Formats: sequence, C-alpha cells, structure tokens
Amino acid sequence: MISKLFNFKGGVKPASHKDESANTPIVVAPLPSQLIIPLRQSARAMAHCLVEPGQIVLKGEMIAAAEGPMGTAVHAPTSGTVRAIEPQPVPHPSGLPAPSIVIDPDGNDRWIELKPFDYRSATAEQTRNYLRDSGIVGLGGAGFPSHVKLGPGEKGIETLILNGAECEPWITCDDRLMRERADMILAGALIMRHVTGARRILVGIEDNKPQAVASMRAAAEKLAEPEVEVVPVPTRYPAGGEKQLIRVLTGIEIPYGKLGTHYGVQCFNVGSAHAVYRAITHGEPLISRVLTLSGNMAKPGNFEVRIGTPIGELLALAEPRADTDRYLMGGPMMGVTLLSLDNPVVKGTNCILAGSPALFPPPPPEMPCIRCGACALACPAELQPFELYWFSRARIFGKAQEYKLFDCIECGCCSYVCPSRIPLVDYFRFAKGEIWAREKEKAAADIARERYEFRLAREEREKLEKAAKLAAKTAAGRQKAATAPTETDNPVTSPEEDAKKALIAAALERVRAQQVETQPENTADLTPEQLAEITAIEQRRAEIREMAKPHLRQDD
Amino acid sequence: MTNSPYLLKPASVQSVMLRVLLALLPGIAAYVWFFGPAILVQIALTSVTALAAEALILYLRKKPLKIFLTDGSALVTAWLIALTFPSIAPWWLTVLGTLLAIIVVKHLYGGLGQNPFNPAMVAFALMIVAYPQLMSQWPAAGFTDFAAQWQAIFGARQLDAITMATPLDALRTVLRDPEQRRMIAGLLGSNATFGNIGGRGWEWVALGYLTGGLWLLQQRIITWHMPVAFLAMLLAISATFGLYDPTRFAGPGLHLFTGGAMLAAFFIVTDPVSGATTPKGKLIFAAGVAVLTWIIRSFGAYPDGIAFAVLLMNIAAPLIDRYTQPPVFGRKQKDGGA
Repeated sequence: MISKLFNFKGGVKPASHKDESANTPIVVAPLPSQLIIPLRQSARAMAHCLVEPGQIVLKGEMIAAAEGPMGTAVHAPTSGTVRAIEPQPVPHPSGLPAPSIVIDPDGNDRWIELKPFDYRSATAEQTRNYLRDSGIVGLGGAGFPSHVKLGPGEKGIETLILNGAECEPWITCDDRLMRERADMILAGALIMRHVTGARRILVGIEDNKPQAVASMRAAAEKLAEPEVEVVPVPTRYPAGGEKQLIRVLTGIEIPYGKLGTHYGVQCFNVGSAHAVYRAITHGEPLISRVLTLSGNMAKPGNFEVRIGTPIGELLALAEPRADTDRYLMGGPMMGVTLLSLDNPVVKGTNCILAGSPALFPPPPPEMPCIRCGACALACPAELQPFELYWFSRARIFGKAQEYKLFDCIECGCCSYVCPSRIPLVDYFRFAKGEIWAREKEKAAADIARERYEFRLAREEREKLEKAAKLAAKTAAGRQKAATAPTETDNPVTSPEEDAKKALIAAALERVRAQQVETQPENTADLTPEQLAEITAIEQRRAEIREMAKPHLRQDD
Repeated sequence: MTNSPYLLKPASVQSVMLRVLLALLPGIAAYVWFFGPAILVQIALTSVTALAAEALILYLRKKPLKIFLTDGSALVTAWLIALTFPSIAPWWLTVLGTLLAIIVVKHLYGGLGQNPFNPAMVAFALMIVAYPQLMSQWPAAGFTDFAAQWQAIFGARQLDAITMATPLDALRTVLRDPEQRRMIAGLLGSNATFGNIGGRGWEWVALGYLTGGLWLLQQRIITWHMPVAFLAMLLAISATFGLYDPTRFAGPGLHLFTGGAMLAAFFIVTDPVSGATTPKGKLIFAAGVAVLTWIIRSFGAYPDGIAFAVLLMNIAAPLIDRYTQPPVFGRKQKDGGA
C-alpha cells in the first residue's frame, strides 16, 4: 500500500468539462473513405516505407518498418489498395506536409493472420522488438516509442506507473478506456512488468474519475497479483504530466534531460498498456486508438478510431455546432490548432476539441508584466516564468538558459494565470526555437571549420611528403650517379635537381599563401556601409597623393 | 492565430488593482472616523491628478489610453500617496507628489511594470525632504471638523490649532531630550497622543489595514512572505531593544501599530514591481525594510523611515532576486529523490 502521496508545486484548476463526454461509451468509428498514414508516428523517427502505390494490403499488415533506435513500425489500419505515397498535411504546429501512405479501403476490413506473441518464453529484447514492430508508441500524446521506455536503463525499473490521470479539460478517452477495458489495461501492465522486471505497478488516476478508479480497482482485485495498486491522485492540472505523476506517486523528481529509468521508475499511459495487451495477446498491431470528440459539439463522445482517419470525416460523429471557429488536437492547455481538417488522426491524437469564440475567447490585449509572481506560483516545473519572459523577450538567451528555460514543459499554467495576459509559453517556445537554431548553426559551422582545417593540414602534409619523397629519390639518384664511374664532373646541383627544389619551394609557398588567406582580414566582418566609407577614404587619400606629387618632385 | 493554452483564467491587472483598492477601504473608513473626511478629499485629489498625469503621458508615449487608464495601477499609487501624506497637507503638496510619482517615477522609467522604485514612496521621500514642516502636520485624533480641514487643504494659511504631533514625532521629541527620556515608558500607557497601543486613532487605522491585508492574502494577491517577514522583524528588533533599554527605545506595540507599519506590511512592501520576487528574496527584502525602518525611526532625522527603507531595499531587489533563485523541479538534490 502507498502510505502517502507526495505533492508537486504549482498547477492550476481549470473547469474540467469532463461530464460532457465522460458518460458516453466508446463507439467504434465507421470506416472512412480513405486513410492517410504519416510515416512519422513516433516522436523522433520516420518509418521506412515498405509498400508501393497500387499494392494491395491487409488490415494489420506492416506498411512501413522501424528505422533507427527510436523507430517504430506502421501498419495498414484496414484492407485496401495503396493509392499513393506522398507528402500530406499532418497535425503538427508547423503545418508542413509530411510523407504519408494513402490507402483506399476495400470495405472488407480483412485482417492479416493474427498470432499472439508468447512473451513468457521470449527474452525481454525479443518482446521489445516485437512491440516495436507492432508500432506501439505512447498514446498520451507525445508518441514516445514504448519499446525504448521498456528498455533496462541504468538501474533497471523498480516501479511501473500507469498514467490514467488525464488532467487536461474535456478529454475523457482514458477515463472511458479504464471504465470499459480495465482488465485489458492491467493485463498489458503485467506484460510490461514482466519485460522490465519491475516490482510494483501503480496506477495514478485523478480523483475526479471515481468510476474509472472503481473499475480499475475491481480489475486489480480480480487479478490477485501482488503489488498492483490503483491510486487516486488530487485533481490538479498538470497531474498527468509524466514527471508530476511520478512525483506525486513516488516522491521522485526527474530533472530535465533525465529519464525515468535513471531513477528506477517508468511511466506509461493507460492507452499504451492497452495497446501492448492487444499486440501481445491478440497479435494486433497498433492501428486504432480511442479518442474524445468534445468541446463545441452537439454530441460529444469517445470513439475508437483508425489511425489515418481524416479528421474532417470523423467530426460528423459528434456534430460540431455552427459557431465552431477552430479545431484543436489535444486539450485546451497543450493542444495545437488544426490548420486543415484533411489532417489524419495519428497515434498521439487523444482528442479533437471544437472551439468557439464563446469557449475560447480571443485573449485580451497583452499588458506589461507587473512581476506579480502568479506564474511562478503556478509553474509545476518551479521556474520563475516572468524572469524567463524578460530574457526571452530581450533575446538574452544565455540568461534564459541559466534560468532553466529548457526545464519548461510548456504546460501553459503560467499563461493561464497571467493577469497581464502575456502568452508566456509562446515566448518560451520562441526562445527555445531560437536557441536550437543557433546551436544547429554553430554545430554546422564547427563541422565546416574542422573539415576545412583538416583539409588544409592534409594538403600540407601531402605536399611535404611528396617533396620529401622527391628529395629522397633525387638523393638516391645522385648517390647512384656518384657511385657509378663517370667521366663527366658532376656539378654540385644538376639543372634537374634545381627544378625539383623550385617545385618544392613553390608548393610550400602555396601552403603558406593559403594559410594567410584563411586568416580573417579585418575588413571581413564590415557592413557594406562601412566598406563604402573605407573606399571613399582610400579614394580621397589617392587624390591627395596625386595632388602632392608635383610638389614632391619640386622638392626633389 | 493563438497558441496553447487556449483556456485562460479570468484574471486581469485591473482586477488585481481593484482588489488592492478594495482592501484599503477598512483602513480608510477608520481614518475618516478618527481624523475626519480630509483624507477623502486627498484621495479624490491624488486620484484625479494621477489619472490626468497618466493620460497625458500615455498620450505623449502614444500608448493606448483606455487599457492603461483603466488598469487601476495609477489609482493604487494615488491612494497610497493620499494615505501616507498628512491628510491636512495643502492640496498642492499632494498634487505635486502625485505628479512626481506618476510622471517621473513611473513613466520616465518605462511605465507600468518597469519602475525600479515604489512611486508612492519616492513621492513621500522627496516631499518630506523638500517640505519637512508641511509633511509633519498631522490632524489630531477626534478633530473631524470638515470646514476647518477644508481650509487647511485649500486655504492660504495653515491652522496650527488642528494639528498634533503623531506618536512617532512625539517619540522623537522625547528621545531628543534626555530629561524626558525616563518618561517614555509612562508615555506608552494611555496618553492623548499614544492611545492604547500605537497612538490614538492610528491603531484603529492600522487594524483596518491589517483586515484589508489579510483579505488580500486570502485572495492570493499577495503572499505571506512579505507581511510576515516585515512585521516579525520589526517586532523582534523593537522588542529586543525595547526590553534592553525602555527609556531609549519604543516597544513593539508602538512600532507595529503606528505610522505606516501596517500599510507598509500589506500594501507598500508588497509592491511586486519594485520588490523582490522569489520566496526567499521576499523574506530578505521585507525584513530589510523592517530593519532600516527601525534604524531610521530610532536614530534618523525623519519621524518615519518606511519610505527611505523601502527605496533603499528597492535598489537591492534585483540583486536579492539574483541570489535567491529557488531550485527548479528535479534539481534540488544531486540525484532527484524524494
């Protein structure tokens, strides 16, 4: 039993809006007219496409393979024909299209042959590879590949945490999943415990979901497994943030840049555990997920949706109201605005939220910061957002980093409470972007410089080697000539040898010249205006010299 | 297009400032009760002056008038000036102080949120240096005749009859005169000037500020750090020296309940713009103000030292913040942990 819960600092309590969709059971969404499956489904890697246009695929067939250590496979969500492999708009803040596989469903929805995976007789690595090839990524939103998180890490994993907190307003997909499929979630958790060798499983659920807690507790009791515990945690956004939930349940604080495995703890979304169960026990790869349609909708609800379903087609199920002015993917605190309804559902899509001017009124004009400190009180990362704001705004990025800009999890609490209505998170995103861009530029410049210096060094070495070889050859020749009985009195240096010496000297001279060239001139960094000024000055000087010439001659 | 978060708490600078004004009302009510309606005249004067000065500068700086005029920040400055200046000070004195505060201290440093010094305290400090006599004429408790007070504010000459030394003034006079020093303990009983704790009437005004201040705490407009650190430090230092030599130093009752101590604890030291902002920094800042206040009150040339103490600590605020940055999540210990 957990004797006490820990607390995380900060956080906010926005209206939950959960009731609007929490009581509608999960409905399987109908087959869409087409499926657009981006090759980039997991956080940091693109899958390698295995199919060609015109190819017929079955439901669950692998259409793109995992590539790289962070890669995961992608599968056909239904049977049909691959129509195209082309860039398509995807739900990403950049709005840039990304390579995707477009499938025309044949309507039969025919599965590949499904085989369960015997994880008990497999090694942990085999199971992880199997999960990778089943396309399992974190379903909480970030889409981090699960097989990586199930890896042993440094210390091994002692505590496995299932994240059922679901702290963002409106979203209820995890709530419904826990109410309806608690057995499967826990079965998935047991598989993950087996793979990681973890001792205990803690399921953290915000206490505004009593039915989910009850359902999960009943399922846990039925299991009769040791050390599986369902823990209600206080409802406070962002209690479902991975680091916050780990803190609340175990007291461990994981700093920026460190993973849970460093501390013997690992956290998975309940949806991910469910997906693991389906993959292992039924052999079904991750081709669908549960998501919430809510907000400004007449019939909000929860739906099991195929990955790749165009969001526009999905919306009709929940009947958005006429005054809807935008759609968000994710919740209102961290979600992104969908730039196009052609965007498909991806593995990280947990919610489509219809917004209206009434629900999300345009923010009032931004006022100056009055340093009231409300943001610092609300920040779950325990930062001083108003300080970061000054530095980000003034582009003092070094200072921003010193004040731990990158520890910001962009949860939005600071912007939410700011009385001056400053979009603080936007400033932090801007500053992070700028810093990344600079680092990249610097890295590129460093590489270029190193390469250039290396080339120079190599050329010089080669030339010297050549010269040395030549000299050796000549010396050998001379010796031969000396030992050979000849009548002619050889001069000390033959014309041939002179030519070679000149060649060597020329080569060395060239190297020196090149070195001089690489030295920056003091005019290199000047602006065109400054250069123009210098030219003008030089010109005036020349004129004066011209004028002075006759006098000089006279003096002579 | 906007980015996340799309949900915003209904909060505004205006609502923060209006609640600060609201919290001043109990103190103002007690003020009116004991010292007459002159304070209301002063509040009206400073408010109109502050808004007019604000409007003028906003116009010159080409800033949106409506947003900044209605944010309430100028009114907070105006009310604090009215409450810290003598309520029967001539009208031009408070008007001049307000103009200085808004135009020079606030806007010449960049306007809302940019001023390194507390505007009301600069106004007080400048005026007491420039016009020590006028800044020391306080109404006697119980003297509430509106006509006479009106005459004092707008009339050509000052009415000595209605003024009276404040407890701190009296204390200073007493402390300066070795003959009277031994009387100090007796003075602090129930004297016409000293009232029960901190001066007749003044202790009730202080109580009003305390009530409003506690409400601000409950509203989370301010945090506990500043008032607690300020009052606790003032209590500790005045109690220590009061016990050590009661003939030379006033006790904590007088220090806490007289002059601007309560007003400072909840409304002046807590100014976020010019003060420290980290939890530890707030404690250091407010305690520093308390120490300096006590020193100036006990040894300085001016009766109340809060304004100077606040300004001195304002200078130190950025440094305090810099060295008291709290550790962020996960970086408190070397290895995370509980």
